[in-house]
Amino acid sequence: MAEFLTNYLNPSWPAYLLVALVQCGLMLALVLAVAAVATWAERKVSGRIQDRLGPTRVGGRFGWLQPVADGIKLFTKEDTIPAGADQMFFRLAPYVSFCASFCIFLALPFSNGWVVQHVNVAVFFILAVAGLEVFGVILAGYASGSKWSLFGAMREAAQMVSYEVPLGLAAVVPVMIAGTMDLVAIGNMQAGWIHNWFIFHDPFTFGIFWIYFTCTVASVNRAPFDLAEAESELVAGFMTEYSGFRWAIFFMAEYASMFAVSGLAAILFLGGWNGPLPVASMLGLTPDIHPLAGYLGNLLGACNFLLKCSLGVVAMMWVRWTLPRLRIDQVITTCLKYCLPLAAAMFLGAMLWTYLLPGGIGLRSQPLGLVAEETDVHGGLPQFSRRDSSDLREKRIGRENGTVPFGNTTGRELLRSEGGH
Amino acid sequence: MEPINWHSFFFLFFALVACGFAVAVTLASNVVKMAFYLVVSLGAVAGLFFLAGADFVGTMQLVIYVGGTMVLLVFGVMLTATDPAVDMKTRAGQWILAALIGGSLLAVLLQAAFSVDDWHHPPVARTAESPHTATKLGLGLLGVRVDRLDETDPTRRSGMSGYLLVFELISVHLLVVLIGAAYMARTKRWMASNAKTQVELKTEN
Repeated sequence: MAEFLTNYLNPSWPAYLLVALVQCGLMLALVLAVAAVATWAERKVSGRIQDRLGPTRVGGRFGWLQPVADGIKLFTKEDTIPAGADQMFFRLAPYVSFCASFCIFLALPFSNGWVVQHVNVAVFFILAVAGLEVFGVILAGYASGSKWSLFGAMREAAQMVSYEVPLGLAAVVPVMIAGTMDLVAIGNMQAGWIHNWFIFHDPFTFGIFWIYFTCTVASVNRAPFDLAEAESELVAGFMTEYSGFRWAIFFMAEYASMFAVSGLAAILFLGGWNGPLPVASMLGLTPDIHPLAGYLGNLLGACNFLLKCSLGVVAMMWVRWTLPRLRIDQVITTCLKYCLPLAAAMFLGAMLWTYLLPGGIGLRSQPLGLVAEETDVHGGLPQFSRRDSSDLREKRIGRENGTVPFGNTTGRELLRSEGGH
Repeated sequence: MEPINWHSFFFLFFALVACGFAVAVTLASNVVKMAFYLVVSLGAVAGLFFLAGADFVGTMQLVIYVGGTMVLLVFGVMLTATDPAVDMKTRAGQWILAALIGGSLLAVLLQAAFSVDDWHHPPVARTAESPHTATKLGLGLLGVRVDRLDETDPTRRSGMSGYLLVFELISVHLLVVLIGAAYMARTKRWMASNAKTQVELKTEN
């Protein structure tokens, strides 16, 4: 897109700035829209689960203008800072949380190749950045100068540090099956019918999906793991002293990261932008026919992906309004005594499955796993990057002066030949 | 108008943020403020890695250094939570000692930096392209050093033995240490509670 714009702008330097601003603006709009819809959905879902109606008055039949009313209320609320607070960190903390949630979307693809920054190690990047959200929570708890806030922040820190371990183990399983950490490539590997989704790859991935879901609920700090805010024990935990706009930013960060981890789950386990039915290829919407058809197919995929993310968020709401809050020792027990050993066992199982049955049990249309990994190594550099078009590759290979790493040997042959030295 | 090279612009931006906040760490007197400045500085270094196209190394920087400093921050909060405005005074002797050590390290680093041959030539314009560092690093761990494959002389292909065994040994060792620490902590508490009940039984008799 930037290259396209440089043809039309006379001094070409604003092109990149413009493109960057457009992409950031789009992501910001998405995050704000998600937060608005999610607050409304949360009220509606909780109302229905508790046999109430939820919002009904504002804006017609379903109270769908409720988020706007909420927003106006929060904007006009008095913004208070406690006298004993650390002024700088108290002001800064919500933005730190929000930035961390927002950065997840930089590497999250929405459809085949529709991603702000195509990161080679996107899974790793998203898990790393998502772990930084707790930073804002700790700062908020510290800066508020209130014991409730501090308790909440400390609980959150303990919870986050423990749940990152099973979360990482769960996310590694699809990475191992796919042989890449590139989310676009992982999504594209699951193209086709529903049985190509990684959740149905083998019994172990099916099991680990639920561990992943449990750990993400804990890592985005939602009930039954919402000990950091625990209204009935800690007033509102780390958010006790916050009001108005800053409080709203914390909530936006929470909904944004809920949406983002659901998106990661959708790509890792639920086929990403590839639906239960291969609708796009059935309708012939592939770029081979016409670029516009490919674009429409991608658009359809993006809608599919957003639908899966929304379903994930609704599932998290369902869990929140169904289960009671756990105690802190129960939270840590769930993590260390159940999630972690289960995740490790599932990881081993999935590894053995891909090793013994690299082609699956005959359901998949294309073999994955170790076979895919080996073909990647075979070509020297992995070939999964769409940005990595042939001319770029040639340029790079030329620059490296013909030192293509592997030539025509596979990694395994190399290992064997090097064993002699 | 001179075209703006965004790569250089962001390099300067991240470098200035990293250096500025690193100086701020030394000048701050509050533990939590120091930890926060350190996080910003290390995050800017991660930004430099991303700018260089080393996505994997940048992400590692985020996980290990920024995440690790966050735990440091938790300890800082726990130690100073009674009064957020608690100040740590640095004595003149400590300043001199720190300046000596830091200054000598800086001198060594500067000397090393200016001896890099490539940096004496005008920069060659290179666009950021993904060098797939993760694959190379992973293969290097297994013993396939992609940067040394073009060496025809087998004696110069040293370091091809792989680090996987060493890596696994270290991680298992760390695990043993962690479990041992947890076990020792529990035994102490268990013995304390046991002694207490015995005392109680004696007083009852």
